[in-house]
Amino acid sequence: MKIVVCIKQVPSSEARVQINADGTSIESGELELVVNPYDENAVEEALQIKEAKGGETIALTVGSDKAEAALRACLNQGIDKAMIVKDPSLQGGDFLGTAKILAAALKQINPDLILLGKLSIDEENSAVGPALAELLGLPHVTVASKLEWIDDTSLKVSREVEGITEILALSLPAVITANKGLNEPRYASLRGIMAAKKKPIEAIDPTGLGLDPNVVGAAGRKISILKMEPPPPRAEGKVLQGEPQETVPELVRLLREEAKVL
Amino acid sequence: MGHILVFIERRNNTFKKGSLEVLVRARQLADEKGREVHAVCVGSGCSAAAKDLGAWGAKTVHALDDGAFDRYTPQAFVKLLSRVMDETGADLTLLCSTAMGRDLAPRVAALKDLPLLTEALEIDWPEGKKIQIRKSMYGGKVFATWVTQAGPPFMATVRPGAYPFSAEPFAGAAAEVSPLSAAGEMEGAGAIGIDELKPEGGMVDLQEADIIVSGGRGLKAPENFKLTYELAEAIGGAVGASRAVVDAGWIEHRHQVGQTGVAVSPGLYIAVGISGAIQHLAGMRTSKCIVAVNKDPEAPIFKMADYGIVGDLFAVVPILTEEIRKVRSA
Ligand SMILES: Cc1cc2nc3c(=O)[nH]c(=O)nc-3n(C[C@H](O)[C@H](O)[C@H](O)COP(=O)(O)OP(=O)(O)OC[C@H]3O[C@@H](n4cnc5c(N)ncnc54)[C@H](O)[C@@H]3O)c2cc1C
Repeated sequence: MKIVVCIKQVPSSEARVQINADGTSIESGELELVVNPYDENAVEEALQIKEAKGGETIALTVGSDKAEAALRACLNQGIDKAMIVKDPSLQGGDFLGTAKILAAALKQINPDLILLGKLSIDEENSAVGPALAELLGLPHVTVASKLEWIDDTSLKVSREVEGITEILALSLPAVITANKGLNEPRYASLRGIMAAKKKPIEAIDPTGLGLDPNVVGAAGRKISILKMEPPPPRAEGKVLQGEPQETVPELVRLLREEAKVL
Repeated sequence: MGHILVFIERRNNTFKKGSLEVLVRARQLADEKGREVHAVCVGSGCSAAAKDLGAWGAKTVHALDDGAFDRYTPQAFVKLLSRVMDETGADLTLLCSTAMGRDLAPRVAALKDLPLLTEALEIDWPEGKKIQIRKSMYGGKVFATWVTQAGPPFMATVRPGAYPFSAEPFAGAAAEVSPLSAAGEMEGAGAIGIDELKPEGGMVDLQEADIIVSGGRGLKAPENFKLTYELAEAIGGAVGASRAVVDAGWIEHRHQVGQTGVAVSPGLYIAVGISGAIQHLAGMRTSKCIVAVNKDPEAPIFKMADYGIVGDLFAVVPILTEEIRKVRSA
């Protein structure tokens, strides 16, 4: 079984995000960059499937040289091989551009299963997984919380949505996006880190991929950011201190009369 | 000039609230532009109900009365929606960014190579050509205005709760129902639903709840979560949770609000014993009214809260539940 995990490098959720003077991008100089948290669940699932069924695991990303650190983190956790599309002419596209690059690379790699996170915590689109599935003509399931194998080429995927658990049947090859509840990502062990030193990060040569920078790169964007702002300030709240016998009825009064939410 | 098309979700024979919110906003945009609003809905019995969508602003509803579409099947729905977009010539297609909308919209956008804006908290159509939205990014640390570069046609998904629900704003208007028939969309449909499990204690759809009562580590022990459930029941809300208590196994992940849980925008969000870590705020900061109960006056949640009570939740919450019951029964 060949499993590819598509990952993205993003600012850590703790990072202080600052908007650049141009008002359309964020200051990236000192940001702590990590593997997108949901992608870590996808990586963990790939490792568990390999442990159970054998095969090869590959981490794939589209990005600049910087993004190799994220691939390295995946190798440290136990992923076998890392691949990156980092041609500058292909950078700066929107999510559909990224999906097109990933699709072209994946057609070459020809995996049985493609895993991604359900959302990346920077742009928050939840869009690359389904778009990729469409471009590859494969079935997909998003926000997976559990995978169970039916046989070697088909599986049951559970997803928790709208308060119920949906169980879907899927046959390979397929695309699955991971939710956080899918598993508990492992930490890289010292042995894993040592072993990873020998593992390659392969730069994919874009010439064979048939990609047009005017379609997938910055020039091909179909959507772009007009401006970025700090979140709208919230009006100063009313904080009530004192005995609950007094603060609680006052809160209920405020919620009814002032906020009108009760 | 093309119309605005809204994909209407149905579950258990009712239209989803979030879809109706989007429909109402679509009608406002269409009125500004002198256009019409069309809707598409699928599943057994939907054409009988479809005329009711007139009360939320739809002029024409393309209805596919077919039990095979009662359950969401990505590839089939993609083909169907894309066919309706083509046949009717929509300039703008809107979906609510529910689990289904998030799954369906990007796939359709990829198939048709269209610009898609996602997770709109606001959507506008300011000039002749371009659609723009405002959305939260980086866990709510940034709000960004995105604009389409190409198109029309365009697509966008709108967050549930972005345009709060109003009951039948176009009451009395009946939509014209235009029957659709399936054209082999189910063939080779790929991922197919085989089962649905309903959790004990009923369904919680945090994304659609008007009121959410969330509990955090301040509750101290799993059995104390009943305080949150009792308050939620008294106030008519759903139960949420912080990641700390989900990770501790006190409650299932589907209740988790935040960056790695669900993002919610209810009318009222009550945080009980939650510190207000940045990743939690990421999931609830767009709530209309936020209430915090915490014994630590320095807890970051108070910076976000519209109303707060500084106090021991074990004393505060039972009294709050009692007071709410009183006002609700009055
Ligand atoms: C990548 C990443 C993703 C994350 N995603 C999420 C997410 O999606 N959602 C999320 O919630 N967190 C998330 N977190 C975790 C987050 O950083 C916090 O650890 C978590 O939100 C803390 O939960 P808490 O507020 O319940 O617990 P704590 O931080 O322990 O806070 C407990 C609070 O209860 C108060 N308290 C204690 N006793 C009482 C009492 N008797 N009466 C009243 N108040 C009391 C305390 O004053 C304190 O403020 C994420 C973290 C990371 C690194």
